[in-house]
Formats: sequence, structure tokens, C-alpha cells
Amino acid sequence: MGNASSMLTQYDIEEVQEHCSYLFSQQEIVSLYERFCQLDRSAKGFVAEDEFLSIPEYSTNPLSQRLLRMVDGLNFKEFVSFLSTFSARASLQQKIEFIFKVYDIDGKGKVSFKDLVEVLRDLTGSSMSEKQREVLI
Amino acid sequence: MRFYRRDLLDISPVLTEAAGAIVDDSFTRCFKSNSPEPWNWNIYLFPLWCLGVVIRYGLLFPLRFLTLILGWMAFFTAFFPVRFLMNGKNRLKSKIERKLVEMMCSVFVASWTGVIKYHGPRPSSRPYQVFVANHTSMIDFIILEQMTAFAVIMQKHPGWVGFIQKTILESVGCIWFNRNDLKDREVVGRKLRDHVQHPDNNPLLIFPEGTCVNNQYTVMFKKGAFELGCAVCPIAIKYNKIFVDAFWNSKKQSFTMHLVRLMTSWAVVCDVWFLEPQYLREGETAIEFTERVRDMIAARAGLKKVPWDGYLKHNRPSPKHTEEKQRMFAESVLRRLEEN
Repeated sequence: MGNASSMLTQYDIEEVQEHCSYLFSQQEIVSLYERFCQLDRSAKGFVAEDEFLSIPEYSTNPLSQRLLRMVDGLNFKEFVSFLSTFSARASLQQKIEFIFKVYDIDGKGKVSFKDLVEVLRDLTGSSMSEKQREVLI
Repeated sequence: MRFYRRDLLDISPVLTEAAGAIVDDSFTRCFKSNSPEPWNWNIYLFPLWCLGVVIRYGLLFPLRFLTLILGWMAFFTAFFPVRFLMNGKNRLKSKIERKLVEMMCSVFVASWTGVIKYHGPRPSSRPYQVFVANHTSMIDFIILEQMTAFAVIMQKHPGWVGFIQKTILESVGCIWFNRNDLKDREVVGRKLRDHVQHPDNNPLLIFPEGTCVNNQYTVMFKKGAFELGCAVCPIAIKYNKIFVDAFWNSKKQSFTMHLVRLMTSWAVVCDVWFLEPQYLREGETAIEFTERVRDMIAARAGLKKVPWDGYLKHNRPSPKHTEEKQRMFAESVLRRLEEN
């Protein structure tokens, strides 16, 4: 595969860094690029759904399907931007906005009762009845 | 502690876990082959490297290929007559076939200039024992087979490898399995048990990881080999990466390409340790026994242990894991509600 950073020029790294508001250091971006290339097995330029699901730790996460809708088909720049929310340096505002987007997965701009129940359903599966969930919310 | 709605809605731990898995996970690490650092980057190293390439591809590879072809021809001219003309299952026939297979494997090893150091007592052929080893490539089998003709349990492969499996390996004793067939496991378990009990059978070699791993980690061992009620003799194999990375990434390369890569490298250097036979201890479960032997092999070969099932390389994890997480979350929520 070759040395990953040789495929990323300094210019590329700076562009990606700017796009994620400098939340990652250049070294971190290089490591993320290595990881991105490892996940994108057929070198398409984005990571497909089944490639994410082939990570066992990801696949067993209850919110994996919901997150997939946000992360599927992102190119590297967008991938880094997506992950930058999880950086310790990201603002609380950014993190809350992200959680909002996870709930409001169809991008209506507001979180409905249905969204809340859906997320709770993802988290509890068959261990809680629909009634219980609705009562809870 | 009051249970706030906020606690219920705060999904950040779950999201962080998912993001963590995207960034790095211990499973894909097991199958990563580190790309070799290029050292030919300046004016006097580059011509040296070019010279190396010319020698490897122009001189070594043809010589090795020739050795391999001659070896195969010698093997077949001796093997087929013995196989089909000598009658029955007499001892002499088995002995000759065994020696021929060992010879053929030595030819293979020579074709990659294999430098293999064996440590520890050589395996002896007696019943009620099974050998287990960590798995990096199909060449593990060839390396061990050149020393003793083991019987082996293998996944059926297509192409010329399958042909060899069918014709030659039958003579040393082979058990077939199909990874994708669940019922197969019982049938195979029974065949294994039958095999170890018969004193005339060759010692059985099993790779309990079930898949090739990159020789830096070990994945979970399957406990089938440890439930046969006999001695388990661990074998640890460690390849020296400086010369060539012997990991066979079956998703990236066919076995033929893998062999070509080995034949165009300088050498295949590895250490093989035959460790002390282990027995199931008083009060130990099969799983504990499996883990104990895995610890031994990992410690000896300097491998890191990883708690994943090797078959996840080909299959998705069973939904039971997700269901378990969901159950735990649901229970904790309901419990906290009751407390209020």
C-alpha cells in the first residue's frame, strides 16, 4: 500500500485541517488517513456501509445503523470533519448539535416524539416494549 | 439519585464508543500488514535496491521456480506409482508416501530459501495427542510438514491447491471442514476424536484460530481441538519480518501470488517452538484450557492476544451481542425508574 503520508501532501493536510476547524493535529490527520485507507478496501475514495459493518466493535453498537446514515459515503475531508466532533477540543455546542443531528436523522430541523422513541428503540431493542418506551418519553 | 430525562436522552457514551470503533479497533489490527518502509530513497541506496530487484526477480526467482518444478516432477514420478500400484493400506506404502510428502515440503521451503529454526523436542507419532499452532499463512503447514508428516484439518480450497489437497494430502490423513456449515462442526468433532485414537494415524495438526492472522496478534482459539480428551502439544511460529512478511491476507492475494511474493524475496526466516504437551487440569473448563494454551503460544512467539473470533473476518457478529447491550441498557433504565 505504500507509506500513507506520501499520498497526502502538506497542502492536503492543511486543507483537511481547515475543514475540521483545526480540531485535529496534522499527525492525527495522517493517522486518520491511514485508517481511512485501511477501511476503504477497494480504494474508492469513501468507505461503504458494509466496510463499516465489518468492524465487529462498530457492528455491535446499538446506534450503528443510525450513524451509518450520517457517515456512509463521506470522502476523507468529510470523514475527518465528522470525527472531529468527538475530539476533546470540540465545543459543547458542537457536540450538542451532533447529538441533535443523530436524533433528527431525516434532517427536518426538529426532534419529534417519534425520533425520541426510535432512538430509545435502537438502544433497548426487544428488552423493552413499545408501550414502555412511549411512557418513558 | 434522581433520574432525569436528560440521562435518558444523553446518547453520547454510545456515540463515542461507535466513533472509537471507527477510528481504531482491535480486530482489524490483527489483519493489517504493515507496509515495508522504503529505504531506497537516496542516490546510492536506490541503485543498490535496483540491483537487489534484478537479482531477486532475474536470478533467484527463476532458480527457485526451477527447483520447484524439478521437485514436483520427482515427487509425482515417485508418488503416483506408489499410490496406485502398491496395493492396500500396508505400512510400507504409508511410510513411503509420508517421506515423499516431507520431501516435497522441503522442496517448497527451499524454493523460498527458508531458514527455519526448530526448538524443542520433535513431535513423536503416537496416539492421544493433537498439535495446535498459531496461523499466519498456509505455509505454516508446509514448514511443519517438512519436519513430520502431520495429518491436518483444512478448509477445502479451489484451484490447484484443492487438487493437491485431494490427491496428496489424503495420504497423510486429512479431515475436511466447511466454515459456513454449522452442522459440520459435530461431524468434524467426531472425525477428530476417531483420528487421535488410532495409533497408525499421523499426528494431527490443528490451527485453532481458524483463519490467517498477521503474526503480531492471536485471535480466539476454537475449543474443538481442546475437547478431545487427549494431550495438546502447542507449537508457536514466529516469522522474522525483516526478510519478508509471511502473512497471507487471503482477501487481498491468492495463494499463488503469495507464493510468488515469497519466491521473489530474499528469504523466509522463522522460528518454530515445540512446547510442552498440556493436559486438561482438574476443575478446568475446556475454554479455560484453550485460553491457557493460547497464553503459552502468545507468550512464546511474542504475540498480543485479542478477544475476537477469527471467523468475524468473513461473517458479521451475531446480533446476540447487540441484543445483550440493549438488554443491559434497558434493565438499567427500568431499574433507575423503579428507584424513583
